[in-house]
Amino acid sequence: MAEVRLKDVLRGRVWKFGDDISTDLLAPGAYAVAPLEERKRHVLEAVRPEFPHQVRPGDVVVAGRNFGCGSSRETAPEGLRALGVACVVAESFARIFFRNAVALGLPVLPCPGASELFDDGDEAEVVVAEARVRNPRTGTELRGQPLPPVMVEILEAGGILERLRAWNAHRVQTKAGRG
Amino acid sequence: MGHTLAEAILRRAAGQQTVRAGQFVTCEVDFCLVHDIFAGTLFDTLEHLGVDRLWDPDRVAVVLDHFSPAPSAAVASLHRRIRQGVERFGIRHFFDTGQGICHQLLVERRLVRPGMLVVGTDSHSTTYGAVAAAGTGIGTSEMAYAVTTGTLWFQVPPTVRCELFGRLRPPASWKDLILHLLGRYGAEFVQYRALEFSGEAVSYVDLAGRMSVANMAVEAGAKFCFFPPDAVTRRFYGEDGATWPTPDPDAAYERTVSVDLSGLEPLVALPHRVDHVRPAREVQGVPVDQAFIGSCTNGRVEDLEEAARYLRGRRVHPRTRLLVAPASRAVYEEASRRGILADLVAAGAVVLPPGCGPCFGGHLGLLGDGERCVGTHNRNFQGRMGSPGAEIYLASPATVAASAVVGYITDPREVEVAVG
Repeated sequence: MAEVRLKDVLRGRVWKFGDDISTDLLAPGAYAVAPLEERKRHVLEAVRPEFPHQVRPGDVVVAGRNFGCGSSRETAPEGLRALGVACVVAESFARIFFRNAVALGLPVLPCPGASELFDDGDEAEVVVAEARVRNPRTGTELRGQPLPPVMVEILEAGGILERLRAWNAHRVQTKAGRG
Repeated sequence: MGHTLAEAILRRAAGQQTVRAGQFVTCEVDFCLVHDIFAGTLFDTLEHLGVDRLWDPDRVAVVLDHFSPAPSAAVASLHRRIRQGVERFGIRHFFDTGQGICHQLLVERRLVRPGMLVVGTDSHSTTYGAVAAAGTGIGTSEMAYAVTTGTLWFQVPPTVRCELFGRLRPPASWKDLILHLLGRYGAEFVQYRALEFSGEAVSYVDLAGRMSVANMAVEAGAKFCFFPPDAVTRRFYGEDGATWPTPDPDAAYERTVSVDLSGLEPLVALPHRVDHVRPAREVQGVPVDQAFIGSCTNGRVEDLEEAARYLRGRRVHPRTRLLVAPASRAVYEEASRRGILADLVAAGAVVLPPGCGPCFGGHLGLLGDGERCVGTHNRNFQGRMGSPGAEIYLASPATVAASAVVGYITDPREVEVAVG
């Protein structure tokens, strides 16, 4: 898993989306159990058919309210991560998507006003650790809502599975020690 | 100061004297649910990490309900891998093809109990609040963590209280209550929050109604939704419930809203938003290609019975196809024994196996470009049930059944119910 650098300035092309982008748009049910290589080609295609084909590693998704509403399917943030999206900045996030993104190691930042800050295709500068979002073209900057420490820790570890790996290794070691 | 039900359950699960809204805690979970879309990935993940045993295999349920029976060779192979994983980890609560929808099964079999903290790889895990359990949806990676360690982190949510008063006037239903709340307060009404029902009329909400409401609370962003333990809960479990947690009278609520049930009427959520809600009478006349009665929201005997009142002795309109999916095998059997299914079939309904049916857009009754569906399920997002060019309307079993009869969306009061 790529290291997540929350303190670095992430720079990338902005892909703008509206309010209530659902998990059905992010990860359509028809491809629910298809391999990731196939699933990622359908991410958000219903609202922007060119997105899954033209998005580049390091790009930033900027969206409106309630991003990721709907299902608990982790394939929603997974598809964005597989396409190389560096960060999702949204006016607000649906709860389960928010948790899932962090659990997978995909940086997310709630930032009211973010939609107004950018036009589609602008460059964005994001520092997740400082909840800072900037549009270098206009020179305007916003402060989002900082992630709670528990989420920062999981992101910095590279996702919750890295924590689980450590937990399990400890258990195996302890068991071996006892035996 | 006292605790809301969310605080009372999380305090116990976190092993602390007291917790408050906003606090971060590590909790011991009481039960984990995994269904077939994610069970394969879960077992692969555990294998990849070298996890050779679960925290407590008797507190994990695996249900094949989303793609059931398997619609393709690939899914059949997935189901086979899941069965192998179930065997490998010694999971006793395994529900194979055709047993029904996970949320229905966990309540029906009383695997979920009042006061439990339950996590599921399904957003509609809020359904467990119908029996006063704290149920919430998580993803596959967090589930891997939970089934291995038996723990997970939570932020204690603030609670919004919803007081119910007055009496429901049929054909308005409990589905219309949750549609009303979505329409009135929006899809972010209780984002990151718990929703707790109270008030003099809450005792009139039957278990099926509580499950419909708690189920769809997640469409308003709810982390948990609670009907605190009462006579309905005690009757269902056949216990006095003396040890079940309850909200304290002096608990702190972020906000209180109230609903006069006597003012509710049949409602419809219009495409593509769960909170774009209008009275059915204002949507009257929209032609319907497919009507769907089922899902974890409204696939219970009470729902099929209500639908049958409109369909008995009639035929589904020629332009409309009606799909019915009982929420579980027990529902299927009871509806069959009581002649409800026979009435629906005689009216032209296609009865699907117990399970999720077309609700999540994977198989069985998907929609084509330009088609319209009115269903009793929980989501009408663009692309939810097949083509992004299709439109989905959400309503109660009465509204959907009445609409199937006339071939267009109608207020059920426009269709006379059959007698006897």
